[in-house]
Amino acid sequence: MKGFASNIVEKTELKKATPPVLECVGLTKHFGGLVAVNRVSLSVNQGEVLGLVGDNGAGKSTLIQMISGVYAPDEGQIFINGEIAKLSSPMDARNAGIETIYQDLALATNLNAADNIFLGRELIIKKLGLLPAIDKKQMQTQAKSVLKELDITIPGISRPIRELSGGQRQAVAISRSIYWQAKLLIMDEPTAALGVPEQRKVYELVRNLKDRGMPIIIISHNMRDIFAIADRIIVLRRGVKVADVDANATNDKEIVSFMVGNNNGDL
Amino acid sequence: MKIFKLKQKTQSIKMDALDGGEELESGSFEKKNNFATKTLLLVGKYWVFVFFILLLTGFSTAKGFLSLNNFQAVLANNAMLLVLAIGQTFVIITGGIDLSTGWVMGLASVVASIIMRQFPIESNLALVIFCGFSTAVVVGLIAGAVNGMVISQLKVPPFIATLGMYGIARGFGYILSGGPPVSVNHPGIGHFANGYLIYIHPSVGFSLFTLPEGLTGMDLRQTTTLIPFLIIYFVIILVVSHWLLSKARFGQHVYAVGGNIRAALRAGIPVNSILKKVYILSGIMAGIAGFLYVMRYSGGVAAAGDALNLNSVAAVVVGGASLMGGEGTLIGTLIGTLIIAFIQNGLIIVGVDPFYQYVAVGVIIIIAVLIDQLKKQVVK
Repeated sequence: MKGFASNIVEKTELKKATPPVLECVGLTKHFGGLVAVNRVSLSVNQGEVLGLVGDNGAGKSTLIQMISGVYAPDEGQIFINGEIAKLSSPMDARNAGIETIYQDLALATNLNAADNIFLGRELIIKKLGLLPAIDKKQMQTQAKSVLKELDITIPGISRPIRELSGGQRQAVAISRSIYWQAKLLIMDEPTAALGVPEQRKVYELVRNLKDRGMPIIIISHNMRDIFAIADRIIVLRRGVKVADVDANATNDKEIVSFMVGNNNGDL
Repeated sequence: MKIFKLKQKTQSIKMDALDGGEELESGSFEKKNNFATKTLLLVGKYWVFVFFILLLTGFSTAKGFLSLNNFQAVLANNAMLLVLAIGQTFVIITGGIDLSTGWVMGLASVVASIIMRQFPIESNLALVIFCGFSTAVVVGLIAGAVNGMVISQLKVPPFIATLGMYGIARGFGYILSGGPPVSVNHPGIGHFANGYLIYIHPSVGFSLFTLPEGLTGMDLRQTTTLIPFLIIYFVIILVVSHWLLSKARFGQHVYAVGGNIRAALRAGIPVNSILKKVYILSGIMAGIAGFLYVMRYSGGVAAAGDALNLNSVAAVVVGGASLMGGEGTLIGTLIGTLIIAFIQNGLIIVGVDPFYQYVAVGVIIIIAVLIDQLKKQVVK
């Protein structure tokens, strides 16, 4: 696993020459008569952190779930590194390098951190040259090294996840994505279930990933966090993209006015 | 959720929790690591072992309890319960339950006996046994596969699906046997589940697998028998199952499905296939138990596993598995089975009305579940 960070950095330097990591063109999703997402296009470049904001029901979750393979879009296309991608299941998306961190974490709380990082992709060793057994030792070593590399401390690698705090669980979920060499990380309200000190820890971790050049789409209610971390901000309102702005060229008041729709802007 | 405009974080957490159908923890995540919590966790983990030792110590004063023969008999008599409980352990770890296992065992014993009876008395014993074994396993496999399909594909809750199979297996057991036991009369067949590995006679010496030749009358009584075949069978099954559950990828996925089925799905684990496999495994174990019954009692009967049906659940739960899924080990199940076995045996030896064994087992189950819940609360 060593060197994944340097790979990303190398790619970042080439970013002008390469196509965006993710490009969505005209994504649309209907639920019965309701148009949840209406012809939304967006792109994420190498090393870029995209903040996705919008009121409840604006279509953020639906948009994200199309990108992570949960829903198939009714219209529109998704390109990954310039190539068209058909994502018909969450596993397709994972195989394409899109890792999603859900707000309910998607960890098996009865298993330990190493088991969770390797969940569904366990390392196997042949015992007596014949019987395939799970290589717990190797998994723990690798898990420890990825946690160390991300500067994450948890009470014990062999303690079940339920004995960890919410922030530590979030960190385990994030390190799972990193271990499996995510090309794009999607974080849906990563701090929603956390107390304030733990939120800070998680954002430290996200910033750490950003410094390594990992492209990230982050959904948050917390405007301050979005501004602290995002390079670019996309605002959705009633399924439509109403703003796609450089984070340095706007402020939270403007974003809120985009969200609720009482601005006189020309978008 | 989409109707409301909630910007406050706490409120939106609640909404999201409802939306996702899953409970999210909120508030402080600071853990209390004080002495009381640690003690409680230790008690929760090891009370079964302590209880087991106390149980043996308590009964040890009774004459005849602490003897090699009694211990061997208890283990051999409960081999079938243990085999059922092993299958049940896998099912319960996924958060399910198999209520049909005892009656599938009975059906398997009946069908196997009917097939074995088709062979003339003088047939090759190995062939008869092989056919009986295959039949019993196939019957168990079919019942388990039906359970697994109905639960994973048709999404019928395990409690109901296996209750249905309980009725089906029970009904067919009685229909096919007509009620009374179906006997298998091939000479020597009983030896395979009633024999011992080692026979020792003070003057003649010792022999393996069968009695030393030429012993009669009083000589037979002086023979010491060691290691019933049934113990060898269940030790093999236990070791293989333990490897499957704690070392193989399959076992890891069984724990993951029981721990968080949505996480397992998102991680790409074939959840439906895992569910199907655990019920098939439980069915096969029921088939093996049915076959062992035929060998031990020279015949099959529909109600062979009646008493074992719920005791298999009891053994697993007493052994520390959680009915909510995600927790449990086969070592625990072994201890759970032994606790039930020795309660029954000890009460009989002490001379207590044997019906009190049901009361005792009932009380132990409730205590086991209470301790499990207490443990969960402490961890939260």
